[in-house]
Parts: sequence; structure tokens; C-alpha cells
Amino acid sequence: MRLHLAVFACGLRRYSTYRAATFAGLVTNSVFGLINATILLAVFAARPEVNGYDATDAVTQVFLAQALLAPVAAFGPPLGLGERVRSGEVAVDLLRPAHLAPWWLAHDLGRSAFSLLFRSLPTFAVGALVFTLRLPQGPAHWGMAAVSVALAMLVGFALRYLYALAGFWLLDTRGVNTAAALLGSFCSGLLLPLAFFPDLLGSSLRLLPWASMVQVPADVFLGKEGVLGGPLGGLALQAAWAAALLWLCAALTARATRRVVVQGG
Amino acid sequence: MAEIHTAPSRSLRGFSALLVYPRLVWVWTRAMAQYPASLLTLSLAQALISLSELAALFFVFSHAGRLAGFGLHETLLIYGLSGVAFSLADLFMGAVERLGEHIRLGSFDTMLVRPVSPLAQLAADGFSPRRLGKLVPNLAALVWALGEADIDWTAERVLLVPVLLCSGFVICASVWTIGACIQFVVADARELANSVTYGGQAMTQYPLAIYGADIVRTATYIVPLAFVSWQPALYLLDRPDPLGLPEGLRHASPCVAVALALVAALLWRSGLRHYRSTGS
Amino acid sequence: MSPIIEAQDLGREFTVSSGRPLRRVRRTVTAVRDVTFSVASGEIVGYLGPNGAGKSTTMKMLTGILRPSRGRLRVTGLEPSRQRTRLAGRIGVVFGQRTTLWWDLPLRDSLALTRHLYRVPAADHARRLAELTELLELGPFLATPVRQLSLGQRMRGDLTAALLHAPRLLVLDEPTIGLDVVSKSTIREFLLRLNSEQGTTILLTTHDLGDVERLCRRVMVIDHGRLAFDGDLSALRATAPSPRTLIVDLTAPAPPIEVAGATATRVEGPRQWLELSANPAEVIAAVSATHRIADLMLREPEIEDVVARLYRRERTASLGKDG
Repeated sequence: MRLHLAVFACGLRRYSTYRAATFAGLVTNSVFGLINATILLAVFAARPEVNGYDATDAVTQVFLAQALLAPVAAFGPPLGLGERVRSGEVAVDLLRPAHLAPWWLAHDLGRSAFSLLFRSLPTFAVGALVFTLRLPQGPAHWGMAAVSVALAMLVGFALRYLYALAGFWLLDTRGVNTAAALLGSFCSGLLLPLAFFPDLLGSSLRLLPWASMVQVPADVFLGKEGVLGGPLGGLALQAAWAAALLWLCAALTARATRRVVVQGG
Repeated sequence: MAEIHTAPSRSLRGFSALLVYPRLVWVWTRAMAQYPASLLTLSLAQALISLSELAALFFVFSHAGRLAGFGLHETLLIYGLSGVAFSLADLFMGAVERLGEHIRLGSFDTMLVRPVSPLAQLAADGFSPRRLGKLVPNLAALVWALGEADIDWTAERVLLVPVLLCSGFVICASVWTIGACIQFVVADARELANSVTYGGQAMTQYPLAIYGADIVRTATYIVPLAFVSWQPALYLLDRPDPLGLPEGLRHASPCVAVALALVAALLWRSGLRHYRSTGS
Repeated sequence: MSPIIEAQDLGREFTVSSGRPLRRVRRTVTAVRDVTFSVASGEIVGYLGPNGAGKSTTMKMLTGILRPSRGRLRVTGLEPSRQRTRLAGRIGVVFGQRTTLWWDLPLRDSLALTRHLYRVPAADHARRLAELTELLELGPFLATPVRQLSLGQRMRGDLTAALLHAPRLLVLDEPTIGLDVVSKSTIREFLLRLNSEQGTTILLTTHDLGDVERLCRRVMVIDHGRLAFDGDLSALRATAPSPRTLIVDLTAPAPPIEVAGATATRVEGPRQWLELSANPAEVIAAVSATHRIADLMLREPEIEDVVARLYRRERTASLGKDG
């Protein structure tokens, strides 16, 4: 545990040195937030409500999505692990006494925590300055929203870890990373809230893991019904995905390890 | 051994960049073709990303019949003009956004010691036909919109479509180059430049009028993105400017393109002059 | 004939900002100051100095990558930063740690592209390529993708790419870094031939003192941005004389040898290093009188030691001046 705290701190410190990049990212997130919010507001100029969303809900989700984009890394950057798999350096990592997945999880949570503080909060604040945003009501609701964001970070990590592991079986993972970016933006509710999708498509996508990074946390934050009935249902869905994906990470790491050992590292 | 003297004269240099660029592009394309499976998946994924954005536009219109007074086909025209201009710029100039990386790795120095415009080398660097994956769906959307939207096809309009697309391409390529120039000063500003380049694309995909008068004025007179798709669409659709800006603006795209290209060229030259390289 | 390189009072400063945002401190760092030298056509000059001494900055100014802050600089009669593109057609540059070749394509393709980058007439290109292929023995791997070449093969490819347009000046930054002994010697022999047969002027930076001893009649040493030495290799040795070292292998390990005219500087088992201050013959006689010797080796001062001493002397001198 102490080791992983150290790795977490190391991830946090490492990203805190990229000040200019953090600022640049914050500007980009805010610009896209403003653009997407304006487009959706134009829709609400024509009608007051879309599938239970009003203008405030929609704009809030737009800024939530931009704020979550960096901590969950919905479309990148990929984990450094992928590069180590490609170069073969991962063989060294596998020989360490620490397990591979928890090590990278701790490191990535350090990164997420940093961007949550210095990218997400300011991005959301920009949204709140320009538009009226909807905030959770009462401490219980705030608590659920916080847990939901934390689960979103776990799911985001597990997905990227799995993409990186694909490198053990595929020669070139650029295709995987591009496909991941597509899924991470379209299926997560980042490109457009899933509430605006045709009903069947929208509610099916909500059940997939990508939605647990953006759409489900947004449902919890806004107190929407979601697809499993209310915030607790949303949290349960996210927790189930986080558990299932992390289990898959552990199982595939074991197989990958055997593969490296068989090949002679 | 006889000396070979081939240094191009000053006036020929811009022209020589145009000659060398296609060769560099061809070499990079062959290098990328060494991994055909990867190239194919990447092109497909790019196309799907463009299609997903197009799907979002249809989803939005399924809830609102019109945005700022523009119907589906009219918006699709704006979307297509913007998409084609941006994907052409991405195809031919997109690589310039990696200037900061080249500076950090020192590979920009190796471009500077060749007798060819470093901008041409940078733009061709890593050229990959996969970027065509972005262009094709956007082009399809544009062609469809040109057929479906209510356009009074005079000879002038027919002839001006390619001119408008070229102007849009030049404007986007210039914006991209200006974004790269920022990285001469702040090496890790790639994302900052992205907020202008990709942000610009996102903004020009929908009728600009939804952003309100102030932003439209900024996008007309300061960062002239309005001339990529908004003004050309007003011209093709023969619609009055909803915000009451001068009607003459809709004919200005080519002039704006030339002016912005000059600004980009000046900034690039000044960036090169102040280039500090890395290390000691 | 006018010199290939002329530098007069050349200087370059950088502004560096450090500290936290809002409380940034900007200061000016001088990387190169008052450097004056000239290189005549046909010379091979070694440019030495520790990391951060201003070596790369000078090289980058010479090739037109960086604009000097002050001073006058002419390379092949051109002003590098203003006439960079023209200059690039007249010089060849190889950065030892970066390849300019196309990673995924056969070496031959990269070399073919070079013809268009430098706009060399096809006949000249073919003739040069044939010459260089023979001299550098590129034949066996011309069709191999660059990513599969060994470091030594790749360096030979990079050298070829830099020479196909018959430059008058070849600028090399660490040309033998990371290479094995055989590759190093192939490249050194090639550079000597290039210089003697075609009169190509060569300026190289290196940390490999084998390069310097084999190639350079003249060396320039830069330290803290100033030219600390410019002259013959032998003159450099004379400026900063270093003792010779006697390496003695005893038949059994022993405490450090104590004899007149030598001090033991290192002991490893039965082997001892003695720094000589007297005639080696006398020292050997003295040692053999008290110890059983299995083997002996006399080492001339290496250029490395000479340069290190020069730095130390410079530093003490400048400290003396400041204090």
C-alpha cells in the first residue's frame, strides 16, 4: 500500500510539472465547452425540452463532459504502458515484486487527481461563469456525484490498460488507439449527450462501459433517472463495470506475463 | 572532383518547396504503406470518427427542425464546406502542429540543415493517406448538401464553388501554421493551438449566427473563420446576413485567404528567426 | 584562398526564465562569448569541450540553425542564419544521434530522395553514389530498410546522404557515438580519405578522443563559452603537460608502492598505477628492486587528461581574476 501511495504521488508530481500543457488543455476544454453548449442552446431555442433534458441540464452536461475528459482520458493519451509493451521494456516491469496493474493504476490515479484539481474544476468554473449550471442538491447528492466521478476514473483507467495490453497480441496498436478515441467520444456522451440520441441507441449505449466515464456520472450529477433508475442505479452500473474491467485487467495481465515468460522475455 | 552547385536562387525557393513537397509526400506514403493493415484500420477509424460527428448533426436536427433559421440541408452545406476545408488542411498541413515535438526531439534542426523550406518538410512529415478517411465523408456530405439545399445554380455559383473551397483550405492551413508558430515560443502549446484549429472546425460546422453577434464579429474581423463556411454558405444560398454584417463580405473569402496566408508566412519567418533550438 | 569558416567575436545569449509563474525570474545566460577563429579549406578540426560548454550552440550557429547574438560569421562566404538555405546546399551535416534517413524504407530510397532535396543532376548523383557506395561498402545493405540496419551501417548511410551533393564542408556532431571499434575505424579511415582525396573540410565535435588523435591535426577547446585553446594537438599537450602513467602488474597484491619519482594513484589487486614525475627507467629499476614484477605498461597522457587539465587551469585562472 505504501508503495502504491508513493507511485500515486509520483504520478501527481510528474503531471504538476506540465504547467503550460495543463493551462493549454484547460483553454481547449473551455473553448469546446462553449461551442458545444451554444449548439445545444440553439436546439432549446426551438423547444423547451428534449427527452427530459432542459437547456440547463444540457449545458451542465457539456461542461461536465469537458471537465471529465482529462481525468478519465476518454480519448487519450494512452497509458505509457503501451509504449513499454511495444519496446519490450515491460519485461522488466513484470519482474518487479509489485503487480503491474496496481502499479499503473496508482500512477494513473495520480495523474487523474492532478487534472481533476487543475483542469476539471477550472473548466467547470468557466462554464458556471458564462452559463447557469445545475449543481447537486444536498450533501448526499454531492457525495454520490463524487463517488461517481471516482468510479469514472477507474473505468477510464481499466479501458486504457486493456487497450495497452492489446500490444502483447497486436504488432501495431495505433489502430486500437484511434478506435478507442472514437468509442470514447461517441459512446460516452462526450460528443453529444446520449439523451439526444435516438431512444433505443441512447439507452443501449448507456449500458456499455464507455458511458460510465461521462454519461452516467452526468446522470448522477444531474439527478436524472438514467437507465437503471436514479443515481444509485447509476453508481451500481459504474461499480459493476469498474469491477468487471479491473478483473479482466488482472486476468489478462497474468496471461500476458505467461506469454512474456514463454518467449523468454 | 567537380563541385556541384545547385543552391536555388532566392526567387525560386518558394517554387522549389512546391516541387519538393509532393516528393516528400510520396516517400512518406510509401513508408506508411509498409504497414498496410494498420493503414487500413486507421483510415477506417478516421472515416468513422467523421461519420460519428455527422450522426451527431442528424441527432441534433431530429429534435430541432431549424437552428438559427437554417434547416438540415442548409446546415449540412455549412458543415460540408467547413469539413472539406479542414480535412484538406489536415491532410496537407496537419503535421505542422507537431512542431513543438520536433523542436524537443531535435528533428527540427535536421530539417533546417537541408536546402528545402522547413515548412514544406514539416508539413509533409509523417504524411499518411489515412487522413483521407476524414476527407471522404465530409466531401460526401458536401456533395449531398449541394444537391439537396435550395441553391439557385447560376454559372457564377457553379464556378465559385471550387474557389470557395480553395479559400477555405488556405484559411484553415494558415490558421494551422499560425498555431504551429506559437510553439516556437511555447514548445508544449500544441493543445492551445488545437483550441483554435479543432475548435475553429467545430465552430464553423454549424450556422455561425447561433453564437451571437459578438462572436460572429470576432470570427469575421479578427480570426476570420467566418470565411471558411459561413459567408460562402450565405453566398451559395443567397440569404441575407442574419446579423446584418455587410453583404460584400460574402465575396471576400479569396482575399481573406491570401491575406491570412501572408500573415502566417510572416509569423513563420519571424518564428524561424527567433528559433532557439534545444539544449545548449 | 578565403577561409571556409570565419568567426569573429561570435557570441550567443539565451534568456532563461525560472521560478514559479507570476514570480518568474528572467536572466541572460551566455552560451558562447567572443569566439574568434577561422578554418582554412582542407583542414580537419576537432571541436572539443564538456557538455554545456557551448559546443552545440557554436555548431548550430555555423549551420544557420541559430542566429548569433553578436559577432561576425561567414561559412563558405555566406552568412549562415540569413542565407541558411543556400548554405545548406554547400555543406553536409550529420548529427550522430539523429538519423535523417527514412526509418521504414530501404536505404537506397532515402538516398534517392536526397538528390531531389539538394537538386543534384542525375548523372552527378549516380557517380557520387557509386563512389560512396564503394568507399563505405554500402552495397550489401542498400536494399535493407533503415530500421533493420546496425548503428554503424546507419551512420555510413547518414554520411552518404550528407555527402551526395559534394559539400565543401562537412560538419559532424559526435559521428562515432555508440559505434563498435570496427565501425569507428571504418568511418575514421573514410573521413581521412575524403579529406585528402577530395579536399573536403571537416569540422567535428566528439567525446571520443580516438577520433581526435586519429583525425585532427588541429583542435579547438571550448569551455564556459570561451575558446580555451586553438592549435595543434601536440601544442595542446605542451600547454597542459600531464604526467605519464606506469602500470605495474605484480606477482601478488601489495600495499601501494612507494618509490622516488612516482606516486601510486590506483591499486587493483596485483595491478598498480603509478603517476611518473621522474624518468620511467629509474622508476622501473626502483620498483623491481623491491617488488616482483609480472608485467609493465607505460601509458602516454591521453588527450582526455590533457583537456581535463586545461579546463582545471582555465577555471583556476578565471577564479584568480574574479577574486
